[in-house]
Amino acid sequence: MSFVGRSDAERRAMLARIGAPNIESLWESIPKEFRLSEALPLPGPLAEYEVARRFEQWAERNADANRYACFLGGGIYDHFIPAALRSITSRSEFATSYTPYQPEVSQGTLQVMFEYQSMIRELTGMEVANASMYDGATAAAEAAHLAAGATGRKRVLVSNGLHPHFREVLKTYASAGGFEVADLALAGGRASAAAIARQTGEAIAAVIWSQPNFEGIVEDGKLLSDAAHAVGAYSIAVADPVALAILTPPGEDGADIVVGEGQPLGVPMSYGGPLVGFFAIRKADVRRLPGRLAGATVDLDGKRGYVLTLQTREQHIRRERATSNICTNQGLMALANTVQMALLGAQGMRDVAVQCLERAHYLAARLTEIPGISLANADAPFFREFVVRLPGSAEAFARAALERRILAGIPLARFDRTRGNDLLIAVTEKRNREELDRYVETAAQWTRTAAAKPAAEAACRS
Amino acid sequence: MPELTLKELSVPGHRGPRLTPLDVPAQGAERLIPADRLRRAVPALAEVSEPVAVRHFVNLSTLNHHIDKAIYPLGSCTMKYNPKLNDEVARAPGFAMLHPLQPEETSQGAMAVVWELQEWLKAVMGMPAITTQPAAGAQCELTAILMARAYHRDRGDAREEVIVPDSAHGTNPSTVHQVGYRVVTVPSGPDGRVDMGALKNAISKKTAAMMLTNPNTLGIFETHVGEIATWIHGAGALLYLDGANLNAMVGLASPGAMGFDFAHINLHKTFSTPHGGGGPGGGALCARPELEPYLPLPVLEKSDGDRYRWNYDRPRSIGRVHSYYGNFGILVRALCYMRTLGGTGIAEVSREAILNANYLKAQLSEAYAPSHPGYCMHEFVLSASRQKARGVRALDIAKRLLDFGMHAPTTYFPLIVDEALMIEPTETETKASLDAFAEALLKIDRETIEGPDRAKAAPTKTPVRRLDEARAARRLELSWQDTEADGGAP
Repeated sequence: MSFVGRSDAERRAMLARIGAPNIESLWESIPKEFRLSEALPLPGPLAEYEVARRFEQWAERNADANRYACFLGGGIYDHFIPAALRSITSRSEFATSYTPYQPEVSQGTLQVMFEYQSMIRELTGMEVANASMYDGATAAAEAAHLAAGATGRKRVLVSNGLHPHFREVLKTYASAGGFEVADLALAGGRASAAAIARQTGEAIAAVIWSQPNFEGIVEDGKLLSDAAHAVGAYSIAVADPVALAILTPPGEDGADIVVGEGQPLGVPMSYGGPLVGFFAIRKADVRRLPGRLAGATVDLDGKRGYVLTLQTREQHIRRERATSNICTNQGLMALANTVQMALLGAQGMRDVAVQCLERAHYLAARLTEIPGISLANADAPFFREFVVRLPGSAEAFARAALERRILAGIPLARFDRTRGNDLLIAVTEKRNREELDRYVETAAQWTRTAAAKPAAEAACRS
Repeated sequence: MPELTLKELSVPGHRGPRLTPLDVPAQGAERLIPADRLRRAVPALAEVSEPVAVRHFVNLSTLNHHIDKAIYPLGSCTMKYNPKLNDEVARAPGFAMLHPLQPEETSQGAMAVVWELQEWLKAVMGMPAITTQPAAGAQCELTAILMARAYHRDRGDAREEVIVPDSAHGTNPSTVHQVGYRVVTVPSGPDGRVDMGALKNAISKKTAAMMLTNPNTLGIFETHVGEIATWIHGAGALLYLDGANLNAMVGLASPGAMGFDFAHINLHKTFSTPHGGGGPGGGALCARPELEPYLPLPVLEKSDGDRYRWNYDRPRSIGRVHSYYGNFGILVRALCYMRTLGGTGIAEVSREAILNANYLKAQLSEAYAPSHPGYCMHEFVLSASRQKARGVRALDIAKRLLDFGMHAPTTYFPLIVDEALMIEPTETETKASLDAFAEALLKIDRETIEGPDRAKAAPTKTPVRRLDEARAARRLELSWQDTEADGGAP
């Protein structure tokens, strides 16, 4: 099997034109001791149908959200993706092109970037959005880096309500030396503005908070931004783009940078990647912005067109003085975001958000009617995700629910050993009444039969 | 007419696909969320019907050059054909609709794919440790330099510098700076390879690592790599391979044998996953056993009985660099490609890529000055210095090529070649395609002898003509809100 179209006669003619006696002579500059004398120890080629069969077998071993009712969240959600979106994102014209280095033959990609930037700006309530980052976690890390550069300070307060993985990535990026991470405690499940105000000892570069936070709770962004500004720090919101269809945009709350994971907007869960991070700022910081940026201009005839702009910020021009080492955006995923927002429109986006909200609250209400099950954060407003406290091991319940074709949620023991009975449950617009009621029945039955057993010591892996 | 923006196509009240009406009792957002937390108005996004949206994006797509249309010879980008089976396989619900935090027993198939890919990549690189978590090549570099620093710190060794040749990609010095090391640039010698004298002077006990692209961005193999490795290791430093040009070596030579301590692979280059208009990429980072403890969290493990698990219990790891396990959908595609070709087919890739590059170089080297004589690896660099003397620059030649329906080479890179045109045809171009490309460049050269006007005016057959980049940077119209604030047309 090969994707090379070449006859022996052509190969001979090409070597003759080159003036090479044989093909091996072309790589005589590779010293002999580094050349492979034998074929790689790998299996031989397979026909398409054989390859497809192997992958089908692998795929079948997974309990996917087509066959199981998925209540897993934590930043990655099983939202509705219209067929029209898949049709557009699988077009060769978008999928097999590259970074628009030649704008005259890349206007499709560039205009999509421009429209993406426009809609992210609208959703976040900010002034400038870039053409996207690898994922929400690295976008948050780049935001911390920007704030440290802009304020000349290093200490970044990160809410414990931020996704634990995001916090880990922040710590990895911080270890590079551009900024330092300190934890911001929660009070009543929410990021504490009072704790920010108490940080008088050291100069704070930024406060990073999550909207909604990891446990689904809607934060008071205004309170947090005001507290951040009061200590001279940037307010950085890590926001959920679906929630932003109904929640106050962080920009209106006073956030200076808004980033987040774009997967909920038309990107398949795909076992956690590829994802896409959005990144929005105030205009004053535009020259500190990492990543690609599309801008409108005109061509020689005065016709509207788009180019990559402010490229002097970037590594291929500025080298070690670049704002980031990032090379590309996450083009195809940003396209998916753009198409999703276009297809759903303002009202459709709102409908999705409202259905998540309503369905999540329906499930939470029904579950807490079951004796022994309560909400971990009883009084806090939540969006599409909430934590229930079960009368036994959340991991054991999740395992039991698999038998009813339910992926029940994320046991929080994964992140905090002391929370063996807590389960993070996400409910999207796709979870219909039958699935919600099946969940409630499953929980009721499990509570009756298994609840008496104490929570097993759960392995903590974060 | 340019394609209108979504905003201009928008008609209040138009709707795309809708949801099934709510089938649980509605309480109302106002009751569930405090009033001051609710958005006052719906976001001003576009309002279009599904057919209008589809036409909009299809119309936009037709404005793009892409690999399924014609040659895309961007040097160091490896724009090869992306097999269709890869995409079909990755779209299966068993992969695409899988949540990253499912119980491990429900995602063993996905983990098996990652495992299998890692085994194949390790064999290609001749290195025993690997992560596939980084999202792209640049993130592999960041991961690697963080690992290098952790490695030195564990030895109580505070190093300060990373050596980077002047022909390196911009991501190399940018990464080094981001990690807080100082960049030490070494020049290239007259043969296009690292100047060994200068390198010798640059290496010291302060050297943490050297980043080397091999073959380098001139398409020249760094023949002295063995000696470089000996020197670098002699100073207690690490040698990193920037794998951007791996398409010249797969199955031909072993980076592990050359003495590299760690190396990255761009799956979207060498292993045919689509570039997606600028992403997603896919990164893999291979390493020697001494560096294995520092790999990002988590690391995939396989136990007896074919059970896979993610190991988070690795105290010396540099930590996590991605929200989950990297670009899984890209990993699926890369394995699909490798599995299709098999070990023998993969070895053919580099042979044919090198043949194609040399064939093009032979045809073009009379009209355009090659940066260096002799055979090249999978890419080569021409200088448009002769054409510049006729008033035509590399940029003009690139623009003129677009009129032939072909994509331009990378221009003005590497920085050390005047008026650089960096050409990488890849193995998937046929002789006929290469002949047509050479013919176009030779015709453009003949045109420059008549005068610069034709090239200066190019392109004329593209959806738009040359765009005013200075105006874009000056006005910073970065969204349709900016356009409206400016009173309409740019």
